[in-house]
Amino acid sequence: MNLLIGALTIGLILALLGLGVFVTYRIYRILDLTADGAFGVGAAVAAALLVRGASALAATGGAVLAGMLAGGVTGFLHTRLRVTPLLAGVLTSTALYSVSLFVMGSGNVSLVSADGFVSVAERAAQRWFGMPPSLTLFDTMVSGASIAALGLMLLLALGAAVLLALFLNTEIGTAMRAAGSNPQMARALAIDVNGMVVLGLCLANGLVALSGALMAQYEGFANIQMGIGALVTGLANLLLGEALLGRRTLARWLAGAVLGAVAFRLLVGAAIRAGLDPNALKLVTAALVLGVLVLPRLLRRTGLPAEAGERA
Amino acid sequence: MHNVALRLEAVSHAFHPGTPNEVRALDAVELELERGSFTVVLGTNGSGKSSLLGAIAGSLSLSEGHILLDGQEITQWSESHRARLISRVFQNPFTGTAADLTVAENLALAEGRGGRRWLRRTLDRERRSALENAVAELGMGLEERLDTPIGVLSGGQRQALTVLMATMVRPSLLLLDEHTAALDPRSAEQVIRLTRRAVAAGSLTTLMVTHSLSEAVRLGDRILVMHRGRIAYDLQETRQRRVRETDLLQLFDQLRWADRLDESAAEMLRRTYV
Repeated sequence: MNLLIGALTIGLILALLGLGVFVTYRIYRILDLTADGAFGVGAAVAAALLVRGASALAATGGAVLAGMLAGGVTGFLHTRLRVTPLLAGVLTSTALYSVSLFVMGSGNVSLVSADGFVSVAERAAQRWFGMPPSLTLFDTMVSGASIAALGLMLLLALGAAVLLALFLNTEIGTAMRAAGSNPQMARALAIDVNGMVVLGLCLANGLVALSGALMAQYEGFANIQMGIGALVTGLANLLLGEALLGRRTLARWLAGAVLGAVAFRLLVGAAIRAGLDPNALKLVTAALVLGVLVLPRLLRRTGLPAEAGERA
Repeated sequence: MHNVALRLEAVSHAFHPGTPNEVRALDAVELELERGSFTVVLGTNGSGKSSLLGAIAGSLSLSEGHILLDGQEITQWSESHRARLISRVFQNPFTGTAADLTVAENLALAEGRGGRRWLRRTLDRERRSALENAVAELGMGLEERLDTPIGVLSGGQRQALTVLMATMVRPSLLLLDEHTAALDPRSAEQVIRLTRRAVAAGSLTTLMVTHSLSEAVRLGDRILVMHRGRIAYDLQETRQRRVRETDLLQLFDQLRWADRLDESAAEMLRRTYV
């Protein structure tokens, strides 16, 4: 039971990462590697602020700002200095590794004694719903804190998805989607395409940093390695969500991203319980993303014998 | 003077400047378009007519010269900034619309061309029904498909919608870049009809590039023939003077003769002196 609650909570935290990747990958068709750096810097900034006695809200807010700034840097490199988006992301993310080290002061910061979002959620749940310190669910002892954390993350992840869907249907949001879909058309309709790309990268990396900041608080430490592979994890969440709910409408698509993140975590939890070496996790994630991207093409090729025959 | 919508002063653009491959796509072009006039630009491939449109729209930067729209200098304005005043329909019907967005969303974006975009919902009920009426006026039954991604429509349907999008907020200048060249004859005819109606309704100042001589004589009050980055012929009041396609063909023949003469003269000089 505790494992399940943990997997659900982490899944919801990583759903925010998936939403960020949605903005760069599905709206702008950019593989934005800034995500790796932004996730790490989000964790680093939140940890550094918490250790210095900031509130959970201020620490998380600071992390989001840092992530948005990182996205802005990548956007500047790409739109003003004409660096390809992939390289711009790699450069920013590499630079952010050092920034995260400076911010944290060392490669690892413990948050065990800090007042992160988990204890904030626990206190709120105690005050408003009279949540006991621990309770029994399906014959297992579960701490009130973990339930409260799960509840808060559910609110945050769904809230973020709803806000993003609403935003993408505003005039600015629609202009953003047009700028990603057809830059030439967007310019002809007086949309500042470069500005929209920068805005999108800020928004996306703000979400990614939020995800990193919450992850550090939930795990009780920030580590310099945390961001490695964040983009691929976000992609996996997104693609799994698309496989589950499809992409017919924006709301469904974004709900899929949240659901995909949770489902992916549950799969990972199940696989590890079944004996998968946790060290193989990134290998499996990468293979999964590759599989989802390549499989439809392979199926199409084998599904049409005539075409395959022509090739042979 | 105040009746001039667009004014080009010595506008030049060179590809590969300063190299032996330098091509003067636009060579000190001078042009004034009267407000409310319909001007057609003809020319052979590489004559500079597309460059002319690009220079006015801002997708091509000038090496020299000035562009004034309604008396206001816009030479330094970016493409998207100019688009508040200048609207465009492209040759490729897929260029003018965003395939992933619905018909209604595309139209709503076009409605925001002149003004500021903010955090208002793109499609509230009021705006939707206004768009529905605008689309119904096309008479193509597309008002039933407002929520379809525009990418699934045919080229002709998309181009008709692009014409609507270009004219629903009245532009100071409408640029048409061979906008029927990629369509089948029936769709082309329909798009021309819609263009004519929109231009007449808004008495729009229009500049159209085309390869079709019949479109040129049917639509243009004035016909420009471009050649080697310059305006070689400028025919005014072409409709009153009943200029015909054959007259235009003759002009093209003359240009070809001039070219041949140039070439043989150059050849003679080379033989004599090199």
